[in-house]
Amino acid sequence: MSGNPAMSAPVIETLFQRFLAEMLEDRIAVGALLVFAALVAVAVMAPFITPQNPYDLAQVDILDARLPPGTKASEGFTLVLGSDGTGRDLYSAILYGLRISLSVGALSGVIAMVVGASIGLVAAYVGGWVEATIMRIVDLQLSLPAVLVALILVAVLGKGVDKIILALVIVQWAYYARTVRASALVERRKEYVDAAVCLDLSQSRILFRHILPNCLAPLIVVGTVQTAHAIALEATLSFLGVGLPQTEPSLGVLIANGFQYMLSGRYWISFFPGIALLLTIVSINLVGDRLRDVLNPRLKR
Amino acid sequence: MEATPLLAAERIDKRFERRLDFAGRLAVKLGAAPGNETVHALDGVSLAVRRGEVLGVVGESGCGKSTLGRILAGIMPASSGRILWQGADRDRLTGTERRTVKLAVQMVFQDPASSLNPRMRVADIIGEAPLVHGQVTRAELGDYIDTILRDVGLDPAMKQRYPHQFSGGQRQRIGIARALAVEPQCIIADEAVAALDVSIRAQIINLFDELRQKRDLTYLFISHDLGIVRFIADRVVVMYLGRVVESAPTSALFAAPNHPYTVALLAGAPRLEDRKRAFAAIEGEIPSPLNPPRGCHFHPRCPHVMARCREEAPRLSEIAPGRLSACHLNQA
Repeated sequence: MSGNPAMSAPVIETLFQRFLAEMLEDRIAVGALLVFAALVAVAVMAPFITPQNPYDLAQVDILDARLPPGTKASEGFTLVLGSDGTGRDLYSAILYGLRISLSVGALSGVIAMVVGASIGLVAAYVGGWVEATIMRIVDLQLSLPAVLVALILVAVLGKGVDKIILALVIVQWAYYARTVRASALVERRKEYVDAAVCLDLSQSRILFRHILPNCLAPLIVVGTVQTAHAIALEATLSFLGVGLPQTEPSLGVLIANGFQYMLSGRYWISFFPGIALLLTIVSINLVGDRLRDVLNPRLKR
Repeated sequence: MEATPLLAAERIDKRFERRLDFAGRLAVKLGAAPGNETVHALDGVSLAVRRGEVLGVVGESGCGKSTLGRILAGIMPASSGRILWQGADRDRLTGTERRTVKLAVQMVFQDPASSLNPRMRVADIIGEAPLVHGQVTRAELGDYIDTILRDVGLDPAMKQRYPHQFSGGQRQRIGIARALAVEPQCIIADEAVAALDVSIRAQIINLFDELRQKRDLTYLFISHDLGIVRFIADRVVVMYLGRVVESAPTSALFAAPNHPYTVALLAGAPRLEDRKRAFAAIEGEIPSPLNPPRGCHFHPRCPHVMARCREEAPRLSEIAPGRLSACHLNQA
């Protein structure tokens, strides 16, 4: 009766491989993923593929201001997407702006995820008044409009990339906390947790090595959507003039800069950064939608 | 006198309380319905598992047998009462002694799907605890896992797989391997074969038996399936609504059940010989543990009910050497 190697030959299929295969089934998601990857790639490579460093004031010529797409700049290169009100090459500015927007979004997303997930996990595991207190704070946080809270925070904290990230983390941690708590409450009741308790594994090991990995699926979904939100929120704040400074223009700042010229027909100053922002957020959201479908077992056929 | 039992429960109580939240307390203050609801899952349960024996625990679902198993395994604390390991109060132990005793009692669970962490490879599921507790070194771990896998009848080549790649029976073997990995002396099997196909069930039962001889194990075998308990257990404890109603050696119990509940339970078990007989089901439903009947918990369903049964809970007392039963009929 011992030794029953019924299934010894078949390929070892990890959960990740299965996930990847299902992810790639949807063409729209694959397209969105490619667009997003391309955006990240050009953002990372910005210094090598742009004719101008828009942060270097010595390279920016105020006489080039507001030139339409296709004109030659005084430095000799072609302004593919035109130039903005301060004479910056829009193509370069967009790529550099994308860098800032993406890194602010990703960084605030990751920090908010780590903070929120830890808090949510502890809430679910400890329970009692600790959980009640944490979750009421989460409710309170989520009942306030994110833009409003971020606006107030930035007004109090002041300008700067670090402050924007801090504000975004404060606005967003609650989503992660709520998500993780919900799935941790489910996981905690499963018998593998009882088994781990019986094996006398430490609480932190049970929490972070056993329960947390099983809460990752919804967390990743929320993470993608929230990162898109963070990017949009940062753009909003910058557009409103309380976000990033003019010297480090993110996409939102670029859009805001061009806004005053919209009615005079110089559409490109706002339009092209707007397209870049749109592409970023839409591609992340489409990937997030697919992730939700793939990772949610209830939607499985 | 007999030797000290390996594992014993002494008057274990377990109450699950649903505490009222703020809104609930407010409602009560304003004169609404009653306060906290308490489920009395275990009511003064005592039992002893002797070294080397297989003790079967049977009863309907909801009688508290799983709760008892979890408390004995140290997964949840009892509300009151003591758990003795070789005569020593387990909750008073500290340090390495506490850990040794805790690891000495392991549990095998009912649901092979949820009792294995889906994100961990089999090798990690089995190897984690012995490695963390320093029972094996990292260098020895691979061979150690292979040995255990072979012992439970699995191919060591499959140890890099995830639980979802195994069948139910194989998963249960992994669950057993995980328990064995920390070198326990006593294994509590909570409906360990209930979720399996009948054909697989026999294999796993045989595996339990094989491992017991090989590794000198003691089992507490919780099941609602009388056929399995009859086959594997040396002694049987019958539980009803949080109380032990009878305990006896298996052959004696099946030959001559004493407690009316045991009689009814055995009469309800299908056997080959009486294929054409209509089964006499126990009358009524198992009462809610939220509001158990006064006196003997079984009295609303008992065919021999007397006035005394409605008032006074019968004590578990010896009716023959090694046989205990809690029924007023024995005193009458």
